Amino acid sequence: MGEVMVITSGKGGVGKTTTTANIGTGLASLGYKVVLVDTDIGLRNLDVVMGLENRIVYDIVDVTSGQVSYSKALIKDKRFPDGRLNLLPAAQTKDKTAVNQAQMQKLCEDLRKEFDFVLIDCPAGIEQGFKNAIAGAEKAIVVTTPEVSAIRDADRIIGLLEAGGLRNPRLIINRLRPAMVKQGDMMSIEDMVDILAIDVIGVVPEDDTIVISTNKGEPAVLDDNSRAGQAYRNITRRLTGADVPLMNLEVSEGLFDKVRKIFGMGR
Amino acid sequence: MAVLDFLNRMFSRENSNNSKNIAKERLRLVLVHDRSSVSPEIIEALKEDLIRVISNYMEIDERSLEVNLNNEDSSVALVANIPVLGLKRRNVPR
Repeated sequence: MGEVMVITSGKGGVGKTTTTANIGTGLASLGYKVVLVDTDIGLRNLDVVMGLENRIVYDIVDVTSGQVSYSKALIKDKRFPDGRLNLLPAAQTKDKTAVNQAQMQKLCEDLRKEFDFVLIDCPAGIEQGFKNAIAGAEKAIVVTTPEVSAIRDADRIIGLLEAGGLRNPRLIINRLRPAMVKQGDMMSIEDMVDILAIDVIGVVPEDDTIVISTNKGEPAVLDDNSRAGQAYRNITRRLTGADVPLMNLEVSEGLFDKVRKIFGMGR
Repeated sequence: MAVLDFLNRMFSRENSNNSKNIAKERLRLVLVHDRSSVSPEIIEALKEDLIRVISNYMEIDERSLEVNLNNEDSSVALVANIPVLGLKRRNVPR
């Protein structure tokens, strides 16, 4: 039986879809059978981030409404010739009420019989789309960025997840800028853990390669030269139980630091 | 003196005016409120515990007991309004 994991955040634009695409692709790279489910009905995006947008025939609503079997609707990612990475796209022309919680539970139950990992990409917000997305999940990952708005929403989502029976969600801190943290102008990993009081499963640095890989529709986790890709590879391994230390995000010492040390002004 | 001051400001790291400290403080306050509204059951549990403890010392009107979190300027206060009906005569339990 596979694991059903929802990737959520509350706030939009913090990187849920990018995270889902990279973790899913990363897990497939390690040899697992993976299916990504886009539940953002009406605002379909996981397909373009994965570069699979031209191959969609059926979508999640076709499956939950019983019109086609899920195996017919799944898009196989050709980067993995044995078909171990799959996408179930969201419907683009319907709204969130086209699927209900019972249908999502049934879908997740079916998918976990065949796949090692079922990753649910959750829409932003706390309304029906969120409730649907978490309905069939047994684990949750909360994505946040080091901003007050994203952290506040993450805190609320953690509360709602726990109220919905999803205990101990794990945190991904996305778009961290180590130089700003060092300056004291961005909250650090410790600051965020302190506030949210949940376990961190990974920290992804702000990285231009994410923009480039999204432009191309090739998840950064496949790019050996991408720092963010390395962070996602680490997260992927942690999800499979490996003990991988957090990446070293230290910025090299600037001139000011050196001068400060010489004058003994460091505190 | 002014020069030293300037240098210190320029080189200091853990300035409490750093924007991240402002962010943390603002978040801390706003989350106290958010969290209490997410879980009214916590306030309910707190009420029950309060009643249990206070009843050791005095008789209180349990039904008109009010417990709220009040947000004032830069702090959050727990405000409890507990009508006392009478004091108990027995000794304070140890």
